[in-house]
Amino acid sequence: MSDERTLDLLETKIEELRQLDSIDGIDLSGEIAKLETKLTSLRMELYSNLSDWERVKIARNPKRPYSLDYIESMFEGFYELHGDRMIGDDRALLTGLAQFKGRTVMLVAQQKGRSTEENQERFFGMTRPQGYRKAVRAMKMAERFGFPVITFVDTPGAYPGVESEEANIGGAIAESLLTMCQLKTPILSVVIGEGGSGGALAIALADRVLMLENAVYSVITPEGAAAILWKEKGKSAEAAAALNLTAEHLSELGLIDAVIAEPLGGAHKDFDQTIQALSGSLIGFLEDLESLDIEKLLSTRFERYRAIGRFRELEAPREEPLTEEPLTEETLSVEAARDADE
Amino acid sequence: MSIFKDKKYLRVNVDTVPDDSLWMKCKACGELIFKRRVRENNNVCPSCGEYFFLTVEERIEMLVDEDSFDNISKSIEASDPLEFADLKLYKDRVEQAQGVTGLPDAIVVGRATVHAIPVILGVMDFRFIGGSMGSVMGEQICHGMETAIHDRSPFILVSSSGGARLQEGLFSLMQMAKTTAVRAKLAEAGLPFISIMTYPTSGGVQASIASLGDVIIAERGAMIGFAGRRVIQYTIAQELPANYQTDQFAFEHGAIDRVVQRAQMREELASLLGFFVEVA
Repeated sequence: MSDERTLDLLETKIEELRQLDSIDGIDLSGEIAKLETKLTSLRMELYSNLSDWERVKIARNPKRPYSLDYIESMFEGFYELHGDRMIGDDRALLTGLAQFKGRTVMLVAQQKGRSTEENQERFFGMTRPQGYRKAVRAMKMAERFGFPVITFVDTPGAYPGVESEEANIGGAIAESLLTMCQLKTPILSVVIGEGGSGGALAIALADRVLMLENAVYSVITPEGAAAILWKEKGKSAEAAAALNLTAEHLSELGLIDAVIAEPLGGAHKDFDQTIQALSGSLIGFLEDLESLDIEKLLSTRFERYRAIGRFRELEAPREEPLTEEPLTEETLSVEAARDADE
Repeated sequence: MSIFKDKKYLRVNVDTVPDDSLWMKCKACGELIFKRRVRENNNVCPSCGEYFFLTVEERIEMLVDEDSFDNISKSIEASDPLEFADLKLYKDRVEQAQGVTGLPDAIVVGRATVHAIPVILGVMDFRFIGGSMGSVMGEQICHGMETAIHDRSPFILVSSSGGARLQEGLFSLMQMAKTTAVRAKLAEAGLPFISIMTYPTSGGVQASIASLGDVIIAERGAMIGFAGRRVIQYTIAQELPANYQTDQFAFEHGAIDRVVQRAQMREELASLLGFFVEVA
């Protein structure tokens, strides 16, 4: 099966032929049309049979649109807010105000870099404690003014270095989770590329969680899982498949709310189409959430997370009788989730 | 700070195979020691002061009034939602861990008293797949906090966990969100949450529930941190300071309130609880 690189190469060749065609007046249109048909069918074949590991590679493809690309095309007048007021300004996580279809929203977005220079500035998209603290600051501000929060998730994970630990990265993530649990304004999250573990969840505890078709979201990278569980880095493809990290799997498991379709070849092949699909989905969800009063919004958010988890009754009978518990709404929904599992 | 020693990492002495011998060898100092003496010394090496790992039963016995513990854990176990298999089947890993520990999963929650003050206590067991937090642990922690709200008791959680249960994929990651959501309810109810971090408190547990205590106490010898050494070396290959992610490191950088010797932990809890609870 061809890979993305071969297809890109073919695409370049077609482009070259087309230029030759126009310059020299030689008629190559028949050849071009043939190659284009071939390209489309190869791409169809590739993208209808993607393994989960190939999906991970697409999610990490540097040609993929990053948060700022979405922000510039879907929102108006992005006004960036800098700094956590404590340590500094994390360039791997951006916050700011913008207009979205007639309302002010607060954006919280993880941003990767494309050039080496930009990657150094943005720590390869790995968020540091000052990033999460800036996010908390921005979200609390959004709450004060009733602005909905929209977050864009795209990170390999939180930055694991010494300076992160010194500034208590774990505590910063926990604080962000707690803030989002209690935030009295709608929160929407979109995983646009890599949803890397706690570093991603820290800004993705939301009323609705969306994923682009080729995005991935996982408790650990396939490479990490391969190293820890298979004791062999070469087992990343197996690990990727076992982790159920694609949008399709996570939607089937009921862990996300919507999968945003991407054009054939990925979001970067037809960015306008991607924008339209995402924008349409976001506004639909946002209007739903805006119609709820705050109490209902928060109780629904609570129930959503309280119910997540799959387990079963212990097989062996316990020695002591269990204390009888009244069936609350939460335990019922947990049981519903479990029944669906069985 | 006299309670800190210049040590890098403290090893965890985890017996995965039951061992009936009367003697053991300390992995820190190499001394052959009589097991009963170790036991009487709160599982601390009588020769060099090395802390040994505590099982759930030992931890509970050390921490609460004698015979006061009533196990209220929900009667649930892991269901393998992803049918996960690496070198082993997840199902088999769970079964094996259940065999070694006699526990359904890596945590037990219950009612107990500390110097006659009623509390809800959750204790993790590192022997059970590294004390990892999957759906079962997440549910039990929430159940513990909800019982605390019901009883109007303080909630105490003793963490000993490498982080998320990888074999449950995103379900385990979401337990961070789930436990945090219920932790918020505990706060709304005005009940104290004391988080005790022991060896090790890391990954998803450290980056959620364990770091959200009103008061965070580290047991002397705890390892506290987000990303393990392996992850750091794999990701950025950075040189690490000698005391990296020790109790001392966390204390110096303001991540925790206090560091307490194991033998003093019950007294410490009792005096701390006294500020929140009216003692009859």
